[in-house]
Amino acid sequence: MEIQEKIIEKILLLVALSSIMILGLITFFIFEEGLPLMWKIGLRAFILGERWVPSQGSFGILPMIACSFWVTIGALALGIPLGLACAIFLCEWTPPLAAMVLRPAIQLLAAIPSVIYGFWGLIVLVPLVRNYLGGPGLSILSGSLILGFMILPTIISISEDSLNALPPSYKQGALALGATHWQTIWRVLIPAARSGIVTSIILGMGRAIGETMAMIMILGNAVKMPTSFLDSARTLTTNIGIEMGYASGDHRHALFATGVVLFIIIMLLNSLAIFLSRRRGG
Amino acid sequence: MFRRTRYLTQAIAKVLIWIAALSTIAVMVLILVQILGEGLPILHLRFFLESPREMGREGGILPTIIGTLVLTAVAILFATPLGVGTAIFLREYTRESRIGHIIRFGTDCLAGVPSIIFGLFGFVFFVIYLNMGWSILSGGLTLAAMILPTIISTAEEAIKTIPYSFREVSYSLGGTRWQTVTRAILPNALPGIFTGIILSVGRSIGETAAIILTAGSSLVMPTSLFSPIRTMSIHFYILAREGISMDMAYGTGAALILLVLLINTVAGWLLNRYIRHRA
Amino acid sequence: MKADLMKIYLSWFFSILLIFLQIVGCQRSKAGITVAGSTSVQPFGELLADEYMRHHPESHIYVQGGGSTAGIEAVKSHAAKIGMSSRSLLPDEKNLYAVTIAKDAIAIIVHPKNPINDLSLTRIKQVFSGKTRSWNELGGPAHPIILVSREEGSGTRESFQKFVMDREEISLESLVQDSNGAIRQVVSNDPNAIGYISLGLVNEKVKVLKISGVEPNVTDIENGTYTLVRPFLFVFNDEPEGEAKSFLEFVLSQPAQYLLSKEGLVPVLKRSGK
Repeated sequence: MEIQEKIIEKILLLVALSSIMILGLITFFIFEEGLPLMWKIGLRAFILGERWVPSQGSFGILPMIACSFWVTIGALALGIPLGLACAIFLCEWTPPLAAMVLRPAIQLLAAIPSVIYGFWGLIVLVPLVRNYLGGPGLSILSGSLILGFMILPTIISISEDSLNALPPSYKQGALALGATHWQTIWRVLIPAARSGIVTSIILGMGRAIGETMAMIMILGNAVKMPTSFLDSARTLTTNIGIEMGYASGDHRHALFATGVVLFIIIMLLNSLAIFLSRRRGG
Repeated sequence: MFRRTRYLTQAIAKVLIWIAALSTIAVMVLILVQILGEGLPILHLRFFLESPREMGREGGILPTIIGTLVLTAVAILFATPLGVGTAIFLREYTRESRIGHIIRFGTDCLAGVPSIIFGLFGFVFFVIYLNMGWSILSGGLTLAAMILPTIISTAEEAIKTIPYSFREVSYSLGGTRWQTVTRAILPNALPGIFTGIILSVGRSIGETAAIILTAGSSLVMPTSLFSPIRTMSIHFYILAREGISMDMAYGTGAALILLVLLINTVAGWLLNRYIRHRA
Repeated sequence: MKADLMKIYLSWFFSILLIFLQIVGCQRSKAGITVAGSTSVQPFGELLADEYMRHHPESHIYVQGGGSTAGIEAVKSHAAKIGMSSRSLLPDEKNLYAVTIAKDAIAIIVHPKNPINDLSLTRIKQVFSGKTRSWNELGGPAHPIILVSREEGSGTRESFQKFVMDREEISLESLVQDSNGAIRQVVSNDPNAIGYISLGLVNEKVKVLKISGVEPNVTDIENGTYTLVRPFLFVFNDEPEGEAKSFLEFVLSQPAQYLLSKEGLVPVLKRSGK
């Protein structure tokens, strides 16, 4: 019996290590395929290079990094205000009817596959941008808008959780001191839920940086360094997604190297989010 | 005067928040209306039961439905034992130990890895290195890795909410740890675990980038676990991009949305019934 | 009580799952061949495979995309029996066995409302290299030209590069889409766009430009007046045998070639060997 228990414990330990093992495998293989090329070309040339022309052996990903950056900023510019507003709405101002509609709406937004978002953005948003703002429509702006909606559910749910987790005395105390409802929310509750909200934003960022399919459909995928929000560009993810099928040799390794950079960025973001959420007692 | 400014600010804030909430609802409605509006008329029994013909212009999407189901099934088959096992280990066999922290960190990190990276990994590991080729197996195993964190966290939640008294009783009756787990804990955690599985199914259906790189995009009915397969979301993507038949694209999109709607409703209902109401 | 019910549900669920997988997984792999490669050729490949399997119900032909280069690689590494390519073989691929199954023209397309109808090859090159940036330099309205191109590695792009651009690079500012259909979609929606797609995919939503007066129609393609023509190839590791040979013979036969010509390709009835 004792031995059986010991064996089971060891087996379970192995099983539990599976997620670490998978993570390790992913790290190993991505780096193994991508790092040699990064050394070959030189880290500086790869990360700071502005030309991505695989047929000529130029592999610079700065335009992609810039685009990922701007698209994410744009998405956050939409997602944070909207997300916070909805979280506040759900927590503090809940006329039951409206909440009954909003909550399923948010769950649905979370469940819709990204290809459908991309398609909708292509059909509805892109022509609007092209006709009213100029440029090809397939642009960082369009991408940011769609991405903003895609990360909304993440921001809303975690912010809402942290707002709900606050001790009721915070709100009661503020109101007792004569603050209006809004003042209570804006000056007491939100700052108190700060770390949870920041965590939600970082997770939303991670989701935004990692999005591929919808971005391939909406960003236009030009290779040049973007100079305005109406320019077309490609992110680190779409660069991989769009050329992976066709690539071989150095080109393929360069795409893996792009994956390495992406992986590192996401890991840093994730660790930050985990650290923050653990700190507040998650 | 002071009073008035405060209340003015509050009124403005209220309006803005309402606008935010309404626009969120509006966007969702717009998306649904667009896809379902064009797509629902296309859906009839033949659409679900036939294979595509004429380069996808006619017929149905049966192979993709089968592909989606089988791929998800393989993923769940591999991820559930691993996930539940991990959750059991974390909750019952360790407490705040080093190993527990490391495992949790690994799981959280895994949850954040973007799907294109999983695709690259699956491609180089399953398709090339293990020589499985573009197949249901490659895609399913990759998908399993992607849903593992979800299963682990929901299983953990489910196990966590079981009152300690269950364990006390089992131990006091002389049960071993494993017996406690299998007879007292697991049966009661099953609803929660099941919910986690359903949630993962919902996520798997929308997965595209990783699957294209690992399961291929062949439209033929699969004959073995080593056949390549095309899932509904990939089919939608290809149809929408190639523009061969927008009708079929909308139909596939509508089917996709209905499917995730269904799964989400079931998951939400289960979540409410079995997890949230455990005091 | 509830737990028992759940237990029953779950055990049913898993047993059905396992039975299902058994059915799918235990079927012995029938004689199947994988055909992988160019996404331009893929829809035609699927069409041909469908037709073939209708006459040979025991066969299985899996048609994949991935791109011309990936398809050729797959053939080299035996991951696929047949590779589809929308460009001619490169020097280091010349040891493979390639057969032209059809010819396809590349059409330069613009929005139907675009007043331009005809451009010379030099002009097109200037446009796509980014030297000509506005439509009014070509006699149209004063709007910036929006270029749409395929991605690197695409057979269509490489053929375009070879026939039109020669040594010059396609402008880095051009939009990039990952399929012919997507390019057609962009061009059909944007009055300032210009792109190139497979002739077989042209429809009434876009306008095809003449090149120095020459239109891409069947006659002018066959007699060589329209020069932007590329072969659709089936690539094999060696002289094909068995199922692959049977499929190839079908593809080169009269009924199959007729099918292809109905879809906008130019049929070919002679073989080219190594």
